[in-house]
Amino acid sequence: MSDPAPTSRPDVFAPWNDPNQRPLIQFQNVTKRFGDFTAIDDLTVDIYAREFFALLGPSGCGKTTLMRMLAGFETPTEGYILLDGQDIGPVPPNKRAVNMMFQSYALFPHLTVAENIAFGLKRDNLPKDQIAARVDEMLRLVQLQKFAARKPHQISGGQRQRVALARSLAKAPKLLLLDEPLGALDKKLRTDTQFELMEIQEKTGTTFVIVTHDQEEAMTVASRVAVMDHGKMIQVDTPDRIYETPKSVYVADFIGDVNLVEGVATSHQKDGKVQIHWAEGKEPIIGTPMQPIADGTRCTFAIRPEKVHISKEHPEGKTNIMQGKIIDIAYLGNLSTYHVQIPTGEIFKAQSANTRRIERRKFTWEDNVWLWWSETAGVVLTE
Amino acid sequence: MRRLTWFNTVSLTIGFAFLYIPMLILIIFSFNESKLVTVWAGFSTKWYGELIRNEAFLDAAWVTLRVAVLSSTVATVLGTMAAYVMVRGGRFFGRTLFSGMIYAPLVMPEVITGLSLLLLFIAIGLDRGIITIVLAHTTFSMCYVSVVVSSRLVSFDRSVEEAALDLGCTPFQAFRLVTLPIILPAVASGWLLAFTLSLDDLVIASFTAGPSATTLPIKIFSSVRLGVSPEINALSTIMIAIVAVGVIVASLMSKNAIARQAREEKAAAQT
Ligand SMILES: Nc1ncnc2c1ncn2[C@@H]1O[C@H](COP(=O)(O)OP(=O)(O)OP(=O)(O)O)[C@@H](O)[C@H]1O
Ligand SMILES: [Mg+2]
Repeated sequence: MSDPAPTSRPDVFAPWNDPNQRPLIQFQNVTKRFGDFTAIDDLTVDIYAREFFALLGPSGCGKTTLMRMLAGFETPTEGYILLDGQDIGPVPPNKRAVNMMFQSYALFPHLTVAENIAFGLKRDNLPKDQIAARVDEMLRLVQLQKFAARKPHQISGGQRQRVALARSLAKAPKLLLLDEPLGALDKKLRTDTQFELMEIQEKTGTTFVIVTHDQEEAMTVASRVAVMDHGKMIQVDTPDRIYETPKSVYVADFIGDVNLVEGVATSHQKDGKVQIHWAEGKEPIIGTPMQPIADGTRCTFAIRPEKVHISKEHPEGKTNIMQGKIIDIAYLGNLSTYHVQIPTGEIFKAQSANTRRIERRKFTWEDNVWLWWSETAGVVLTE
Repeated sequence: MRRLTWFNTVSLTIGFAFLYIPMLILIIFSFNESKLVTVWAGFSTKWYGELIRNEAFLDAAWVTLRVAVLSSTVATVLGTMAAYVMVRGGRFFGRTLFSGMIYAPLVMPEVITGLSLLLLFIAIGLDRGIITIVLAHTTFSMCYVSVVVSSRLVSFDRSVEEAALDLGCTPFQAFRLVTLPIILPAVASGWLLAFTLSLDDLVIASFTAGPSATTLPIKIFSSVRLGVSPEINALSTIMIAIVAVGVIVASLMSKNAIARQAREEKAAAQT
């Protein structure tokens, strides 16, 4: 896995917490229907200038539709989209300071790679040498200098994707919409390009809205992540909060790996912790809800595998202890995920770093192990 | 190379015989010395010489050519526009009706098209001549062009046009800079289709041609009614030759284009 981007910047960028900031884009109760199918369902969200806003969600949840409304190819059935406080409903696509990278790339088949990239610049009637310089810069950025004279059908899928990216970046628009910009690239090129994008964003102050299926990518580049489902935004938050404090089971389950345990909550001590009774005759799980919850509420306890400790010996003086047997090990190189079955049949996943070489590993299949986690490691979800 | 089975050989022979024996006979008899078309009297090219001296035929050929070029060009422009609106215009009011009506001339008997055009020209007092033939040919070949072009537009990835708009094109620029170059092969074959349709149309031309302008098919047809002359055979042979050359050139050109593309791809793969 790649190194995570440094998350703590000296001046924290969080315009969404600042009531004086005016959003660049405002969706106000936007609904989009195709016939009687609702693709976007009463969606309200603010996106701020200089944001890197990532859309995450299963296929068909409306990500592309949202982008197309911003670019001007679809009009909302209901509601308004404001850009800089202005309703952009009546503005045609060619008059919007918005460029989009299409999921299908949509390269011009009759033009070369360089001509594709120059296309938007020529529309602005820039001087020739300026266009040429900009095209060169873009080609260098996506490492396609050698392919400038080729037609789109003469290059590979990943190269086409980079042409599409370069073409949308060339005009340096105020708002860039990237629909799965890096899906076809290999890991290394993808990480490089991600950092390039972040650098472009720092330099030019462009606002990015990006669709991705790669959670790690969303975590790396995004200032905020919106998790979508069926045309709604289920949660919009910073990557760390989406990961650490999901508000619903859907988000917890969609982002990353998670252990989910259903149960009934009863309050535990005065410090706001609760006991979750999840199986007959089992010790309740102790967790810390974000908001107080009433006794007897049905809830789901969610904990990430890397927060579950695993050991051969009984951990002394710990809470939330379980015993079980390793039934499967997923080796990920730097990490291993252990699938541990407890006597009642449930399977818990625990992850630990492989600090030793594989032959000297502590656990193996069929080993009896102990799992435990702290009282604040998981989240208690009621949605 | 694989050898053909005897069954395939026989089918091929019969098929080609049906297609080409009549033309072959026509070509052979165009070099006949005798004035009697069906009696062979030795080789001669004299009928070709006669043909070149025949003003009426040359005039008719010239009219035909001008009509074909003009009408196919106008039909291509109009047909392409119609196809674009039908495929891209979204669901405007009366779209189904319009698209049905565009294709109606395809199934309309030519006699009816010709007659109705004749009535129209008489009603508006337009003298029959080259103009009326051009108008008539444009009318009926336009729908062929629009069929060819719209089938290309349907299979065309819409998002390419959207990308052009997104990058700052007006809708017209997007059409001129992106859509048109991509559909150009279809437009060209639509033009070629309209051109050939116009070249060999007899029925509609006879309704709409006047004494001042006669097309070649009309001329041939009327002289054949007085009896087939070797001169007509010579003329037909020339037309066959022109068509054959055209077809061969066109196929060589497309073959070259494919070969060039393959070469480019190969070169590209090596860098
Ligand atoms: N023009 C259209 N007509 C009818 N339905 C449409 C149209 N465009 C999109 N839809 C529907 O709207 C829903 C959302 O589509 P959208 O393309 O936004 O999904 P997505 O989130 O981008 O999915 P993916 O991740 O697969 O790209 C889908 O169910 C799709 O079938
Ligand atoms: Mg999509």
